[in-house]
Amino acid sequence: MKVGIIKYEAGNLQSVLNALEYNHVDWGLIEKKSDFDNYSHLLLPGVGAFPSAMKQLLEKDFVGPILKHIQSGNPFLGICVGFQLLLDSSDEKVFTEGLGVIKGRVRNFKEHTEGLLVPHVGWNFSRQEKESHFHLNESFYFTHSCFCLCENKEDILATTEYGVHFVSAIERDNVVGFQFHPEKSHQYGLNLFKTFEGLKC
Amino acid sequence: MLKRRLIPVLNILDGSIVRSEDFKVHQNIGNVINQASRYNEWEVDELIYLDIGRKGTYAAGRSDHKVNTYVEIDKIIEQISKVCFMPLAFGGGIKTLRDVDLRIRHGADKVIINTEAFHNPSLITEIADKYGSQAVIISIDYRMIDSKPRVFTRFASEDTGMSLYDWVKRCEDLGAGEIFINAIDRDGKANGYDLETIQNTCDLTKIPTICCGGAGVLEDFVEVFEETNVSAVAAGNIFHFTERAYPRAKKLLKEENINVR
Repeated sequence: MKVGIIKYEAGNLQSVLNALEYNHVDWGLIEKKSDFDNYSHLLLPGVGAFPSAMKQLLEKDFVGPILKHIQSGNPFLGICVGFQLLLDSSDEKVFTEGLGVIKGRVRNFKEHTEGLLVPHVGWNFSRQEKESHFHLNESFYFTHSCFCLCENKEDILATTEYGVHFVSAIERDNVVGFQFHPEKSHQYGLNLFKTFEGLKC
Repeated sequence: MLKRRLIPVLNILDGSIVRSEDFKVHQNIGNVINQASRYNEWEVDELIYLDIGRKGTYAAGRSDHKVNTYVEIDKIIEQISKVCFMPLAFGGGIKTLRDVDLRIRHGADKVIINTEAFHNPSLITEIADKYGSQAVIISIDYRMIDSKPRVFTRFASEDTGMSLYDWVKRCEDLGAGEIFINAIDRDGKANGYDLETIQNTCDLTKIPTICCGGAGVLEDFVEVFEETNVSAVAAGNIFHFTERAYPRAKKLLKEENINVR
């Protein structure tokens, strides 16, 4: 099988699966450590808070296999919290260390924007910052209370404005992450899954 | 810049989409799944489904659509989410965290709570803790009593005596992610949105407000976006009964320089 979906958190996993089905992507669920070996591509979805998501990855002993996959150079995609987890740490609720794959930190909108509504909910424009197989100069659906800032400019694939200028997509070598929900963003979002599936191992 | 949203609201009754007026009159519009596909083709910003069945179960609906009629809400959500690639919110009949689990597990992105939130406010916090605030929309039906908006529950039949604004504040404090306010007196009446109450609500919260109730012509959307700071505008009947109302509304809003998708 091709794309392995890491199942680790309560949340709406169904939408991601529907989007893969729509694109006729060959996928399967990763529910335990030994499942990782079956897939060439990994997808880390995410709905919920950073601390509980990280805690679950640790409890299920998924951190090792995830890092091993990333180091092997095979394609990896993180969505929303699944994207944020790639960074060094998050300030959401309590300071929590992440996977540390991408240099950067997750911060609360509330502490860095004034007079803006939080969560940041709705369709917003994602401005493509570098060339990629992924087409990102479109509006996508966001819903989140924390945003990512990256240390290395070259990791930044797209940025979005909401009180602050935050990183809405990253790409470094085989690792890609989206802050928005491509599975909830109609055709432009659905296309991104197709692009991910097409990435070479 | 964050776009402002235009959201169709669909009422589900016994497995079909129905029209509502003054919370009472119901007219069958069609099969749930067919309607969902239509809205997906229009690439709507988001969809809100309200299960207005009083019984809590789904009796057999219309069988003349050549599409299976699903009798359980989880099956309905599952089928809708397979054809809808936009955010989906489901409300109606949610009383416990388990009701929420069921809906989210089958493809809902957000749940909408109304009466139960009022009588059991800790439910708001429980959902926010488990799924995040963004997954909780609190729906509030209100009626103007002595020129002040007052909260009504149980399908607009029960006067709680509480001010809309007090309840909105409380919901925000409890962890709600969005507030959906619905003017009962305007339900299905097509006489425009309640601009004053909508703006007052926006002024007192730091979470997005969605307003509903009263859209009769497409210009009503322009008016409420222009005259208030509302994050999202919702409507039901106008989208069902006016030809291509959704794409036409979006076109009009763009022409009027409203920041929509």
